[in-house]
Order: sequence, then structure tokens, then C-alpha cells
Amino acid sequence: MDAGLLAQFVANGLMLGMMYALVAVGFTLFFGVLDVIKFSHGDVLTVGAFTGYSVYLGLKLLGAANPWLQVAAVILVACAAMGLLGALIARYLVMPLKSAPPLNVLLVTLMLGTVLRESVRLFYPDGANPKRFPRLLPTDAVALGDFNLRLDSVLLFLGGLAVIVAIHMLINRSKLGLAIRAVAQDEETARTMGINFSLVVLVTFALGSAAAAFAGVMNGLYYNEINFGMGLWLGVIGFSAAIVGGLGNIYGAILGGFLFAALQTVGAVALPFASAYKDVFAFAVVIAIMAWRPTGLIAEKSSERV
Amino acid sequence: MKTFARVLFASALALGLAAGSAQAAKKTVKVVFIGPLTGGVSANGIGGRNSADLAVRLRNADSKAKYHYEMVVLDDECKPNVAVQVATKAASDPAIIAGATHYCSTTAIATVDTYHKFGLPVIVWGAVLPDITYGNDYKEIHRVNGTMINQNDVNAKFSIGQGYKTFAVIHDTTDYGKGHLKYFSEYVAKYGGRIIGTFGVTADQQDFNAELTQIKSLNPDAIYFGGLTPIGVRIRSQMDKLGIKAEFIGTSGIVSDAFIQGLGPLAEGALAFREGAPVDKLPGGKFFTAKYAEAGYAEGPEAYGAFAFAAMNLILDTIERVGPNRAKVTAALEHVSNVDSIVGPISFDAHGQNTVAAITKYVVQDGKWVVWEDSEYASGKRKLAK
Repeated sequence: MDAGLLAQFVANGLMLGMMYALVAVGFTLFFGVLDVIKFSHGDVLTVGAFTGYSVYLGLKLLGAANPWLQVAAVILVACAAMGLLGALIARYLVMPLKSAPPLNVLLVTLMLGTVLRESVRLFYPDGANPKRFPRLLPTDAVALGDFNLRLDSVLLFLGGLAVIVAIHMLINRSKLGLAIRAVAQDEETARTMGINFSLVVLVTFALGSAAAAFAGVMNGLYYNEINFGMGLWLGVIGFSAAIVGGLGNIYGAILGGFLFAALQTVGAVALPFASAYKDVFAFAVVIAIMAWRPTGLIAEKSSERV
Repeated sequence: MKTFARVLFASALALGLAAGSAQAAKKTVKVVFIGPLTGGVSANGIGGRNSADLAVRLRNADSKAKYHYEMVVLDDECKPNVAVQVATKAASDPAIIAGATHYCSTTAIATVDTYHKFGLPVIVWGAVLPDITYGNDYKEIHRVNGTMINQNDVNAKFSIGQGYKTFAVIHDTTDYGKGHLKYFSEYVAKYGGRIIGTFGVTADQQDFNAELTQIKSLNPDAIYFGGLTPIGVRIRSQMDKLGIKAEFIGTSGIVSDAFIQGLGPLAEGALAFREGAPVDKLPGGKFFTAKYAEAGYAEGPEAYGAFAFAAMNLILDTIERVGPNRAKVTAALEHVSNVDSIVGPISFDAHGQNTVAAITKYVVQDGKWVVWEDSEYASGKRKLAK
């Protein structure tokens, strides 16, 4: 295969992988602190993308035309709003069910996801139709043979990377991160050490949801199109990525995200049959990996989580 | 105050009675409209609903009409499973006599058995898959618009005539997309072109970079897309990101304003083909456009609105003639020949298919679908992608 073409496939796969990883990190964070699976995560991403889109429309009405200002405002408001939504979900849906079987939380959040998705469809103006997300980033492109590298894709990738690095630093280098890790390890002991358990849980949910909002806006800026159903599929893939990487481990989630993107790309490119089966291929490999390593590629150490 | 209230009450009662007696003078007959009112192609569905509604309104305003019509509107969401549910709902209601049904081929083909089983006569107003009429011998199924066979014939001949010799095909893996692939491939071979790559994609896929990167390395003269507007928008937009300069050729599935709204300036120069003439060139186009504007719908009639109007109008004409009885309407629709309508004369063949041959070629120019012959591309002022 031509080198330029190969580079193009790698660049596409990396972009896709970054979005999956951002979603997967959320799943892993929630599981880390509360041992719950929050299935509304993908739909929080959708709401985040639509919030960002509304902010853009609002700014346009106000006459703020600077694209950098618009990008900053779109990302900040979307992340802040979804962080708040995430914390509210944790406070009023997840924490009250803390001592109930984990299946209940899974079910409740699954239903909440449907509520969020359908609300966007029904209550957002013309919400059933796909929306054209604006191109806010510079679209300069470098063409090297078959490889077309666009500045906006590079910026988005770097942005995603920055978010993941920031989450990593927060968890491993800050006092708050220490508290999150302590809660993940042992709730009771953490409490006796004077850690505010509820606050830590709320912050963690806010953090994961804000990451999803970032992924949603990134998705919109990359594809220039958003729709009410976008989060459903991303949620399923992000969840699979988190599981296959090792639920409860951030590096596992990132690895899982990129692995899934790689599988999809390979499925579409290298297999002799039509690209229509790329998802079938990717999920089949995920099943095989799970049969081989039931706890994920990077198994969660019982002594250290998140 | 009390007397005033009493007077008000009395007059309201009187009005109600008057309205009631006017209603009672004419028997109310129910007909059904089914189309995609939500989801990616809802713009087409809503345009169709408004147009069918217009046909009913005009008939109800006509004092010579024998019946008062009530149109039941159902949403098939462009999903086969939902379509079967709503089709069953409509067909099992004995008060509903006939229906103008479906824009999406996947829903139209999924419901033919339902209509046949319940004996509900329907006229398809937008779906183009040939098998909807030709794949069965059901007397209940008719269609006013053409099939994708002629469309792909004209498409292949025209595209090859424009100098495109090699094509990459992206199609959705529903019956609709696969049908387009089949007929386009046949006609490309017939006219001496070559298909150098075929890519099946799911109807809700988001990322097409893997497929498009492969297409880029194949370097076709044009990309043929057999599918509907939502993923058409995504594919065209992602082509641009990868720097693919090939011409984008679509089918009737992308002839919608939503395609242009979703893409903005990127839509420029896209080609598409649709059976039937554009509204303003139709025999009754002026009448339709004027009445539509008069009725004040918030949304436009879109590409298939005129067909939905014609389908509903034909149903109402037939009910007027033979009475509100499903079997009689079905029987009467068997003998539709050269019946005048706003989309031109309608004649149903043995399969209930209207034999419209005319296919119109469209190109996007300055944010509008323009008939090829009227465009600056045809006059040589602008050039398609090479």
C-alpha cells in the first residue's frame, strides 16, 4: 500500500480513536468510584453537542463572529453544562441507588438515556433533522501524495489529547485526584480519613460528563453534522472500549478506544469483503478479546483503581 | 353579566348545531397518509403530508364533493418495523378507505403484504424501488412516481456522456441502496463505463473516512451515491475533508432542500436524477404551487410533494366515483388510464405502476436544485468536477 494512503488511514483511525477514548474514559471513571455502569453517557454526549450548537447560534445572534472566541465559548459552555448534568444525574439518580443491585443503576441510566435522546428529538427546534455544525477551525490542508492532513483535524486531535492528559494529571497529581483514587479503592476508609464522599462522586461524574461533552463538540466540528441519535452508537462503542481495555482503568479505556477505531479501519480496508461488515468485524474481535482476557487488556488491580 | 353569558352559550349552541348539520349533510370518509415525519428524511415526509393535506382541503372546500374527507396522518419514521406497525394500524381501521403511502423504499416494500392482507388500496407517492409494484401481483398496491430503473438508465448514460468513465459506488445496504447499485451497475456496463469499487455502508453510519480513503486511491472520475440525504450530506462533506475532487452523483434520494442546507456551498455541482418533471414544469404545477402557497404551510412541498398531491387526489376522485368501499376503490384503480393529474397523465400498468418515463436531471447551482438544461453547467459557463 502507498505510504500516503497508509498515513491517511492512520490519521482517520487516530481521530476516531480519540473520540472513542474520551467516551470510554467517562465509563471507566464512573465505574471506578461507584462500581456503576452509567448507560446514559452517550446521550449526555449528544446533549453536549446540541448545547454547543445552541451556544454557537446564540453567539451568531449576538454578533460575536471571531471563530476562536466561538470555539472557546462552545466548548466551555457545553462542558460546564454537561458537567452539571452529570453531577445532577449522580446526585439524584445514581447515589440514591448506591446500595441497590448494580443492575438497577444500569437500567435507570439506560432509560434516562432514552429520555435525553427523545427530548432532543422532540423539544429541540426541528430536532429530528440533522443539524449542520459550523466549521469554526481553520481548514487549511496539506496534501502529501494521497495524504490530506487538515489543520482542523490536527487541532481537534491535540485538543482531545490535552483533555486526556489533563484528566490524567488531575487524577494522579492533585489532591482531588488523590481523594478520587482513595474513594475508588475503599469507600469506608476514605470516609474515615475525612474525605467528602458525596463531593468526590459528584466531581467524578461531572468530570466524565464534561469529557463526553468535549467529545460531542469534537464530533460536531470534525463531521460538521450532529443529530439526535449520534450518542447512542458512540456510547455503545465507548462502553465496549472501556470493557475491552479493562473497566476501571483509564489507560485501558484509552487503549480500548484506539483499538476499536483500529479494528473498524482494518475491517473497512483490509478485509476482502465489503466495508458494510466493518462493525461486525470490530465487535467480533472485541468478543474474542473478552473471551481471552475477561477482565480486559489492562486488568484492574484490586488495590488500585482509576 | 349573567344574561350575556346565557346569550353567548345559546349562540355557541346554535353555531354548534349549524356546524353539526352541515357535517351531517355529507358523510365523513377517512383516508390515510403515511410518510417519514421524523428522522433524517422528515423534510420530504412533511412536504408530502402537506401536499396530500392540500388535496383533501381543496376537496372539502368543493361544494360538489359527495363526501367530507378526513386525512389520518401516520409517521413511518423511514423504518420498516415502524412502517409495518402504522400500516397495520391504518389497514385494520375499517373506516379508512385508501391511503397515499411511503416515501422510503424500505418502508414501502415492507408494508405491501400488510396492505394486501387487509385489502387496503394504497398509492405509493415517493418510494422508487421497482419491487414495490413489480415484485408482487397485489391489486392493492399502486404507485404514481416512477421506479429507480429509468432513473439509473438516464443517470449512467448522462454521466458517461459528460466524460466520466470510472465510478466508485457507495450505497446503503438497505433494499433501496442495493437496488440502486444493481440498476446503476447494469446501465454503466451497457453504456461503456466501469465501476472500480463498491462500498456498502449502513444507513446511519457517521464516519466514511475509511471508505473514502480507499476511493481516493482508486481515483475514480465520479462517486455514485445510492442512498438518502442524511448520509449523502456526510459523505459529500467528508470527501471534501480528504481532498477528493471527483464529481458527486446522487439519486432521487438526495433531491431535497435538506441536502443543500446540510452542506451549504459544498453542495454546488452535485448531480441527481428524479422521475417526473419539476413542479413548475408540470402541467398543473402553477395551480399546485399557487394553492400550496395560499394554504400557508410552514414547510415547502419538497421534491415529491406534487406526487403526494396527485396520489391523494386520485384516491379522492376514485372514492367520489365508486363510493367509500375498499374493494370498489381497488377495482376502480385497476383501470386508471390516461387520467389527468398535476404530474401529467397517470396510467397504471398491470402491476399498478404509473408509466412515467420522463426523468429530470438536476444539478446544484447557487444553493438550488436546478434542472440541468437550464443550468450554467449545461451552457458551459460553469464546469462540473473532473
